[in-house]
Amino acid sequence: MTQVLDKPVQLGTPTVAERTARRRALLEWIAIHSLGVAAALFFTLPFVFVVLTSLMSDQQALTRDLVPDTWEWGNYTKVFDTPGFLTWWKNTLIYAGLGTVLTVVSSVPVAYALAKFRFRGRNLSLMLVISMMMLPPQVIIIPMYLFWAKQLDLSGTLWPLIIPMAFGDAFSIFLLRQFLMTIPNEYLDAARVDGCGELRTLLRVVLPMAKPGIAAVALFQFFYAWNDYFGPQIYASENPGAWTLSYGLESFKGAHHTDWNLTMAATVLVMAPVILVFFFAQKAFVEGVTLTGVKG
Amino acid sequence: MSTRALHTLRAKRRRSALRTVAFLSPWLIGFGVFFAYPLVSTVYFSLMKYDGFGTPVFRGLGNWAYVFEDYPLFWPALRNTLWLVLVMVTCRVVFGLGVGLLITKIRTGAGVFRTLFYLPYLAPPVAATLAFVFLLNPGTGPVNSVLDGMGLPTPGWFTDPAWSKPALTALALWGVGDLMVIFMAALLDVPKEQYEAAELDGTSAWQRFRFVTLPNISPIVMFAVVTGVIQTMQYYTQPLVAGKVASGIIGGSGQQFEPGYPDKSTLTLPQLVYNLGFQRFDYGSACVVALVLFALAMAFTTLLMRRRGGLIQAGDGP
Repeated sequence: MTQVLDKPVQLGTPTVAERTARRRALLEWIAIHSLGVAAALFFTLPFVFVVLTSLMSDQQALTRDLVPDTWEWGNYTKVFDTPGFLTWWKNTLIYAGLGTVLTVVSSVPVAYALAKFRFRGRNLSLMLVISMMMLPPQVIIIPMYLFWAKQLDLSGTLWPLIIPMAFGDAFSIFLLRQFLMTIPNEYLDAARVDGCGELRTLLRVVLPMAKPGIAAVALFQFFYAWNDYFGPQIYASENPGAWTLSYGLESFKGAHHTDWNLTMAATVLVMAPVILVFFFAQKAFVEGVTLTGVKG
Repeated sequence: MSTRALHTLRAKRRRSALRTVAFLSPWLIGFGVFFAYPLVSTVYFSLMKYDGFGTPVFRGLGNWAYVFEDYPLFWPALRNTLWLVLVMVTCRVVFGLGVGLLITKIRTGAGVFRTLFYLPYLAPPVAATLAFVFLLNPGTGPVNSVLDGMGLPTPGWFTDPAWSKPALTALALWGVGDLMVIFMAALLDVPKEQYEAAELDGTSAWQRFRFVTLPNISPIVMFAVVTGVIQTMQYYTQPLVAGKVASGIIGGSGQQFEPGYPDKSTLTLPQLVYNLGFQRFDYGSACVVALVLFALAMAFTTLLMRRRGGLIQAGDGP
């Protein structure tokens, strides 16, 4: 109270120093937010142009126009009517859905052991997990292809991509391990004192606390399968009935030659689900990205 | 200790070892079948002549000599990889740091900006590449229309060997969201007191960035550089799809496409494994390139994992 009474002048007329400070803050705000708007244009305009082109007529899509004269919503129906498009959707959902479930179920116990058990070779195991994670898939593709195609006769299907996910995915194991490290051991000890075995401790105590980590892993794995191009190219290319969206999308441009409008409509339809999922699960996602990088 | 106590102790140890193995079992099988076995097998095939039919014939180092001396795509691919490491990785890290800094300074609508900056990272690579081939198509693409309207030169982008890698770099910068989030987290972790102290000393904004921010986030910058290099070793879908779509040669399984359009400028090492193995049916030489790729990837991965000062610490535990 006394302080306010001591300096009543400041309320009405700010000093020169204060005025320059305020003006500088305002200029800084304007500069930063202009930069922000410029960056936002760089990140969003490609989406905008793609959507606008997807709504043009066949002829207009071949011109330099940026905005459709007539809005051809029918382009999207045409894409769905393309032979195979719905099959690609179905295959992608099977690959991504089944793959995600298998990955989570098989990776959680491994990550738990790596994070919370003491055993000889634990550091070595973790280093091997990281090595597997960093391995370009092309390095081992020749023997893997011979194994699936020649020995098990599974080429032309997506099984060579789905089955391995039942045996732990290195990236998911690593990410989950990072997350489980943050759970204090006291919780686990309390459960053990109460007579829980390790499996019960994992299911009853750890899993409920690890939900954000599991959500992040599930999202990453779902997106990985959704986006995968190399896997379907190797194993499914010979059989269009087994193509996924990411693989089929490229052939779409081939079938429609210069029809940029239909190709862009198909592109939108491949992007849209990923972006929708992101809006529903934004927090888990960003948390996951942060986890991959920082801290041990 | 009585023999009985010893006995129970041993049983207990055995039980805990069994339990560890049980929890690790999915990965132990996966490691053997999908990592160790194929790696050994790749070394074996790199010494064999094999086209997928009949039996492999021993060829010694013949495949190695072929790849290094006669295979016309190897050295261009390696040169492109070097270009991508030097230019694309550097641009991505600098831009990612810049956008990360910007997002920590934005006061109004920060959440909206963050989402907009992050979204392109999620765009499926094939879709994003198709979109960029369209946006950057030389004749009627929106980017060249705008450049032309401003009286600026209009490059051939994905159809010009000199511009195809810069075009891929633009695509990579568009998807910089992952680095942005990592840098953002690191920047927010820098102790505020250090900035306040520096400000009291009358330092400029640049000096504060150089002497407070950078030293604090340098491990994350290193992490971004090294993972960027490792990702470059795996760079496959974008250059291949861009080349295919821009060249106009696409047809799911039918037509043959020699990767690298235009003029080998988008070739990367992983594409060579596909070209040698699945287009030329020379599995032996494909395995040679695979091993070169393996050596490069592992060299940079050990950089990530070195124990002291390593970027991913493996040693700490409960």
